[in-house]
Amino acid sequence: MAHDATTSHTSNGNTELVRVATSEHRLARYTLIGLALCFVALFLVLPLAAVFTEALRNGPGEFLTVLSDPETFAAIELTLLVAVIAVPLNLVFGIAAAWAIAKFEFKGKAFLTTLIDLPFSVSPVISGLVFVLLFGSHSLLGPWLQSHGIQILFAVPGIVLATVFVTFPFVARELIPLMQEQGTSDEEAALSLGASGWQTFWYVTLPNIKWGLLYGVLLCNARAMGEFGAVSVVSGHIRGLTNTMPLQVEILYNEYNFVAAFAVATLLALLALVTLVLKSLLEMKYSAQIAASRRH
Amino acid sequence: MTARTASLWQFRQPSVIPGFGLALGVTLSWLILIILIPLSGLAWRSSALGWSTFWALATDQRTINALRISFGTAFAAALINVVFGVILAWVLVRYRFPGKRIIDAMVDLPFALPTAVAGIALTTLYAPNGWIGSLLSPLGIKIAFTPIGIVFALVFVGLPFVVRTVQPIMEEIDKEVEEAAATLGANRFQTISRVLLPGLAPAVLTGFALAFARGVGEYGSVIFIAGNLPYVSEIAPLLIVIRLEEFNYPAATAIAAVMLIISFAMLLIINMIQAWSRRRYGYGA
Repeated sequence: MAHDATTSHTSNGNTELVRVATSEHRLARYTLIGLALCFVALFLVLPLAAVFTEALRNGPGEFLTVLSDPETFAAIELTLLVAVIAVPLNLVFGIAAAWAIAKFEFKGKAFLTTLIDLPFSVSPVISGLVFVLLFGSHSLLGPWLQSHGIQILFAVPGIVLATVFVTFPFVARELIPLMQEQGTSDEEAALSLGASGWQTFWYVTLPNIKWGLLYGVLLCNARAMGEFGAVSVVSGHIRGLTNTMPLQVEILYNEYNFVAAFAVATLLALLALVTLVLKSLLEMKYSAQIAASRRH
Repeated sequence: MTARTASLWQFRQPSVIPGFGLALGVTLSWLILIILIPLSGLAWRSSALGWSTFWALATDQRTINALRISFGTAFAAALINVVFGVILAWVLVRYRFPGKRIIDAMVDLPFALPTAVAGIALTTLYAPNGWIGSLLSPLGIKIAFTPIGIVFALVFVGLPFVVRTVQPIMEEIDKEVEEAAATLGANRFQTISRVLLPGLAPAVLTGFALAFARGVGEYGSVIFIAGNLPYVSEIAPLLIVIRLEEFNYPAATAIAAVMLIISFAMLLIINMIQAWSRRRYGYGA
């Protein structure tokens, strides 16, 4: 922020004559800001604006009618259900992984960290494919599952599994650098004062990491609700049954039902906006506690 | 536990903190169950194909073209993102202008906006009858339904990776370095190009690699804008989906295996760059 002070000093006062040696010429500055703003407008602002304009193209009446469609409603319900299952699972995993990796020194730690990041470097389509290969009718497990009447693919369990796979690293990635930075001295103090392991976790560690944790959950949830590729491969696209909101957007769009597609898309865009607002608030208020969260 | 002496061969160093076994147990079982078993299933299925079958499937002309399109467009998009991402990060770190905080928050939009929504929105903008496409089509420029459209979608998807990797490193730059350069007679352009940018190079490289890796695997935002013409604008993930819908599991497996091998090689390179940049500059990128 110290940089800002220098720059504003240059642009506000009459000090332009003795331009600070560590800032650019005013023309260069405006050109760069202009370029950056154009780029943001072209690639970020306009697409977002397009979603809302296209959805409201025929007025708010049709927008609401389209949204009250039972299939859309089923898609919203399924999306929420999947997130409600997948996010807590990865939350527990993320805390466990961060506890093991950040609070202890052991062999193979770097390798374990790399493995946790693995889903980030796998295409979403491949994330879906691995479950098709595992549970599909041509697989080893397929016939056994079929004979026991267990449906995983083209049903909710498959969608949840694919979503868990894709959102696997989010919470752990936020917590590991944060907890590494905080060290173990707080926990050691609590333990030496006679707290049990769980008490130490609940009353010392958890309050220390709560904002970073919330941040990770926020990102995890956004991805869980918005995942498309992986879910698309395992869902089977059964209308009203295995369509999540992003899949519903695709189906409506491919049927040239653009207003309906964009209406469902506005709900997802609103989710994204809420996520961004909460994320910025968290960053502003608790930047010290989520210092490592800038990077993904 | 306390009686044990620290030795080189010990699995973990002694600590008074409890819960190591539980935490590592939960972590490993979840990791094995959700990630490792499914991924090794893919490895097993592709090795079961046999080398000659695998090679024949992987070198199918349509597969090669799809892989070339995926990697080529991802590379182009990552390059564009490096240029504009660095400019954007610079503007956000160094300058003050109205709406800066909103722009800063907006950079994360591609992380938060579901890819399918991004896909249909970008298609609406850049289709020949769209907001921007209709301005360009009289000039003979077509973006949507061509490989350029794929690049545009991947620029959207990859932008935050570059900005968010470079931005924190830029914030850490010590002003004294620039002052020293200026004192020694460097003009502003020389200071930036010879002093500041080389220090940012590892972060920029990491951002590039992350955006590239993400672009290669991207599916949701691309399939709407690409036009999906086989051999021309069909990306590898889409070809996997098409093969799956044909119940051609061997072909889908082979394409996925080739993509994964290349992706893991890239992950290795990213980690090497990070280790190198930490050694060289004392902070991670």
